[in-house]
Amino acid sequence: MEELGDYIAQKSGATTGIMVRLGELMLETTPDKLIALLTFLKNDSRCLFAQLADVCGVDWPEREKRFDVVYNLLSLANNQRVRVKVATDEATPVPSAAVVYSSATWFERETYDLYGVWFADHPDLRRILTDYGFEGHPLRKDFPLTGFVEMRWDDVQKRVIYEPVKLAQEFRRFDFLSPWEGGIERILPGDEKATKTS
Amino acid sequence: MSDVEIKTLTMNFGPQHPAAHGVLRLVVEMDGEIVERCDPHIGLLHRGTEKLIEYKTYLQAVPYFDRLDYVSPMSQEHAFALAVEKLLGITAPERGQYIRVLFAEITRILNHLLNVTTFAMDTGALTPPLWGFEQRELLMEYYEGVSGSRMHANYFRPGGVHQDLPDGMLDSMEGWLKQFHPFLKDIEKLLNDNRIFRQRTVDIGVTSKQQALDWGFSGPMIRAAGIPWDLRKSQPYDVYDRMDFDIPVGKVGDCFARYLVRIEEMYQSARIMEQCVKALRTIKGPVRIDDRKIAPPRRAEMKDSMEALIHHFKLYTEGYKVPAGETYTAVEAPKGEFGVYLVSDGTNKPYRCKIRAPGFPHLQALDMMTRGHQLADMSANIGSLDIVFGEIDR
Repeated sequence: MEELGDYIAQKSGATTGIMVRLGELMLETTPDKLIALLTFLKNDSRCLFAQLADVCGVDWPEREKRFDVVYNLLSLANNQRVRVKVATDEATPVPSAAVVYSSATWFERETYDLYGVWFADHPDLRRILTDYGFEGHPLRKDFPLTGFVEMRWDDVQKRVIYEPVKLAQEFRRFDFLSPWEGGIERILPGDEKATKTS
Repeated sequence: MSDVEIKTLTMNFGPQHPAAHGVLRLVVEMDGEIVERCDPHIGLLHRGTEKLIEYKTYLQAVPYFDRLDYVSPMSQEHAFALAVEKLLGITAPERGQYIRVLFAEITRILNHLLNVTTFAMDTGALTPPLWGFEQRELLMEYYEGVSGSRMHANYFRPGGVHQDLPDGMLDSMEGWLKQFHPFLKDIEKLLNDNRIFRQRTVDIGVTSKQQALDWGFSGPMIRAAGIPWDLRKSQPYDVYDRMDFDIPVGKVGDCFARYLVRIEEMYQSARIMEQCVKALRTIKGPVRIDDRKIAPPRRAEMKDSMEALIHHFKLYTEGYKVPAGETYTAVEAPKGEFGVYLVSDGTNKPYRCKIRAPGFPHLQALDMMTRGHQLADMSANIGSLDIVFGEIDR
């Protein structure tokens, strides 16, 4: 699998990183080289990734380029999967893969809807999953789970109306992570005094 | 006679329409009776499953998978369980794997029975759904037997399954399998040579091999187009590599081919069930992993073991931590490739859980399949796509 990764990196010249984790091949690239890489992966005789199985976003708010757009490709001829990742931010558009794979159209609409990632040259970049007239991008990490508006039937106006969310009790975030088992760097209330003296 | 300007008619189909299979809203542009363009509006059943899962522990996320495609719940739990197992680096014990394969195939039959018969209903036949739903009820009793619930089972867990089969279930299944074969023959007799059914489905919604690949088809849709592709054969998970079964492949890629593929898959699923029932009689042992940091202890054990009680408490509050990493794990769900792209950041909750539903790309291709067909053919196409909005809208 590493061999295939090296081959792709050399032949296409459009990757910025190759990784094999848990038996899965991952490629990293930049938005300007994405279409070249996808076209290569689809047509090269050793790759033949004929299907785009999935496109999705991942949000890493602490990074400068906060979004990863992840493409999962499948080669039926070689029984092989590959994952292509592109990092971007709220303003930089990613070129649409719809010219290479028709199935990308809706997947990219979904990524735009849920994360607000822009896709350049997309045939039809509208919202897809959220409500008509929805504002915001719900899968971003800074979007609250409860959302901003709620909907109810108004008996006076005889129609459905939107109102700001009213929570009967404060939103409870269940955080059961044990501070004793390691792996989590977190300061418990009161512990900051201990670190000051030492 | 002067030139007549023809204006296309824009029509709304659904979201409340029996042939829309749920809450599908289609905006159709029509020239007389011919569909020029159709634009599916989805998202009316969007519940934010992926967002909710990010706020739940791995164990609490399992029931959400039942509620995606609510006619094939266990197949989707299967995908999630395999993805978490991959990140944790564990495998389920042998008996657990056999039980999972057995119930994954029951799920396939459940799903195909619903789809094939309601597809027949879309094209005008009312008897098949009445017959098919009786069989579905019998199968759901097995669901109830192992999980206490007819549909939302929450049965496949990371590390195996929740409980062993109750006594007598294997005997009961053997009895069911004996009567299922003749039942399926009856359904075939109703539909295969039915003149109306053939007129409504043959050469309707034809997809070529190239289109099937380009539009991301999977499952019966890609097989009906003539591509022999099944993840159970090509990337076997659990004990599918030990099973003896065939992959039906269509020739034409029309609605009728998709119907035939689903019927044949039910015969093959029954074959796999037979093999599993036979194997489960001899293979004994645990059904879930014997690691108290991942699978909870038995209730009886908790009564006199402090250790077990602590483990139970910790598992159901904090859950387990999954090492940082990411995986795309897919299973052959009844509708096609159901994938879970799971990103873990090392805590007890998934950082990102993207659900790749097979119906999503299939519905996307509806516009391509329906152009130039008549309006009535559109509902035949929708029926043959096998779409369920729980998984498309998520």
